[in-house]
Amino acid sequence: MDDTAIKIENLTFFYPSEEEGQAPEDVLSGVDLTVEKGSFTAILGHNGSGKSTLARHLNALLLPKGGSVTVFGMDTRDEELTLEIRRRVGMVFQNPDNQIVSNVVEEDVAFAPENLGIPTPEIRTRVDEALKTVGMYEFRTHAPHLLSGGQKQRIAIAGVLAMRPKCVVFDEPTAMLDPQGRRDVMRIIGRMKKELGTTVILITHHMEEAAMADRVVVMSDGQIAMDGAPGEVFTRVEELEALGLTVPDTVKLMWELRQKGVDVPLDTLDVEECAKALAEHFKKK
Amino acid sequence: MNEPILKTENLTHVYSPGTPFEMTALNGVDLEIRKGEILGIIGHTGSGKSTLIQHLNALIKPTSGRVLLEGRDINESKSAIRQARSRVGLVFQYPEYQLFEETVYKDIAFGPKNMKLSPEEIDRRVREAAGFVGVEELLDRSPFDLSGGQKRRVAIAGVIAMMPEVLVLDEPMAGLDPGGCREIMDNILSYHDKTGAAVVVVTHSMEEAARRADRMVVLNHGTVAMSGAPEEIFARGDELRKMGLAAPVMTELSQRLRALGVELPGTVYTVEQMAAALLELEGGRGRA
Repeated sequence: MDDTAIKIENLTFFYPSEEEGQAPEDVLSGVDLTVEKGSFTAILGHNGSGKSTLARHLNALLLPKGGSVTVFGMDTRDEELTLEIRRRVGMVFQNPDNQIVSNVVEEDVAFAPENLGIPTPEIRTRVDEALKTVGMYEFRTHAPHLLSGGQKQRIAIAGVLAMRPKCVVFDEPTAMLDPQGRRDVMRIIGRMKKELGTTVILITHHMEEAAMADRVVVMSDGQIAMDGAPGEVFTRVEELEALGLTVPDTVKLMWELRQKGVDVPLDTLDVEECAKALAEHFKKK
Repeated sequence: MNEPILKTENLTHVYSPGTPFEMTALNGVDLEIRKGEILGIIGHTGSGKSTLIQHLNALIKPTSGRVLLEGRDINESKSAIRQARSRVGLVFQYPEYQLFEETVYKDIAFGPKNMKLSPEEIDRRVREAAGFVGVEELLDRSPFDLSGGQKRRVAIAGVIAMMPEVLVLDEPMAGLDPGGCREIMDNILSYHDKTGAAVVVVTHSMEEAARRADRMVVLNHGTVAMSGAPEEIFARGDELRKMGLAAPVMTELSQRLRALGVELPGTVYTVEQMAAALLELEGGRGRA
């Protein structure tokens, strides 16, 4: 069985140049990336690094100018497969307000499966399931515009889940949310991976969120600059800072301490690990 | 302690009163913004932050209560409103969506032009404001050709060009990468440092609110739930979490460390403070 969810080979993309006669600039230049089924990959990069452009290739919203993108064995350049690809790969964007289409929560969640022509009783089941997964079932008859940003984003995620996609691409889903909303969205992503086996691609500026992934890919100037487990990537503090990024605060702290000759590990990605490592160091006297 | 420049007294705002959608967004808020201070206002979505700041330059009127600019009610007359609009500058969330002129220069000049200043003064202010946010080189460009971070800085310059004595920014760093966040924060601080203006930053990110704020106010359900120095606020991590907020990572770390038997002096909320505290501990250990 093939374990590959997404295979990107030598992908090049540019937007048409606005001024005539001017050569367009590559936004992506020669990207190679293979994503395994059921994995959770975070993509980092400064604004303009090409990460959102890359994401939009994963469900054929954009098509390669060079190279290819294959999702679940389907080449995105084949127009006959576009619908099938969009059924498999869902997208969640930054602004929940732009993703809500209906006046009632459950109708909004039903929108995509309805468009897929799924029979009504099946839609009912899927909508209820999706709303339960995101913890918004009790709000099913509410009006989305009266909900908080975090709740709206959960509705948008439920709308994608109701399609039962095999892969979901999140493009900065927490950028507009408060800490509670962010925690909720990250919890849902964790559940999707664990309970539904969904392949998750998360584009984010929040290093703490990226640290929860299995793998971190760093984009810079339309190319992949780093690729590895969070513990590997986030310990390359100086390189990341040179790319306009940061590391989780807990790693930054350990790095500062190590610069001053304190012998502590660098790869403490969360508060818990960091506290344990520090306690161990300071208690052995 | 500096005297207040802007004050709200028992400020209450009710949306759609008398309808089934009636909602009290602010309920008896007393807030003081002092001359030259940096004030952080934090609260979860729906806590009333945006409603509050729109009162600060009379964009919306209180249902009851007052907003006082150096003791004068800003809603008392048309001239008072006009004064408030130029002395209190508001930068909304995602202000880059409000750019509309053909060039960056014209966009920044829009505010000062409306203040009916002389052409020379307008020119001086545009260049000065562009300098604060580092977009001097971009004045002739179309704002729509710029990157997201550049657009946001141009939008902030448009407000700075009015030389407000109180600069209020709603989530100025939302959606920017870490480099962009640092730049915007430095721009805002340089305006503060050079002009002595009061700066109010509305945010739900504790780390950035913590870094330079002199004082913080926490809004919850339309009322002021806490107010004080950052270290006082962050020491109340459990309460913050109950309000849908979070204490800074370093504050949480120091609490975890305490539970594991490593005592640190005082409240720690930035990486620098934490590193310094731990290095001191390390030094003490060496001597022991």
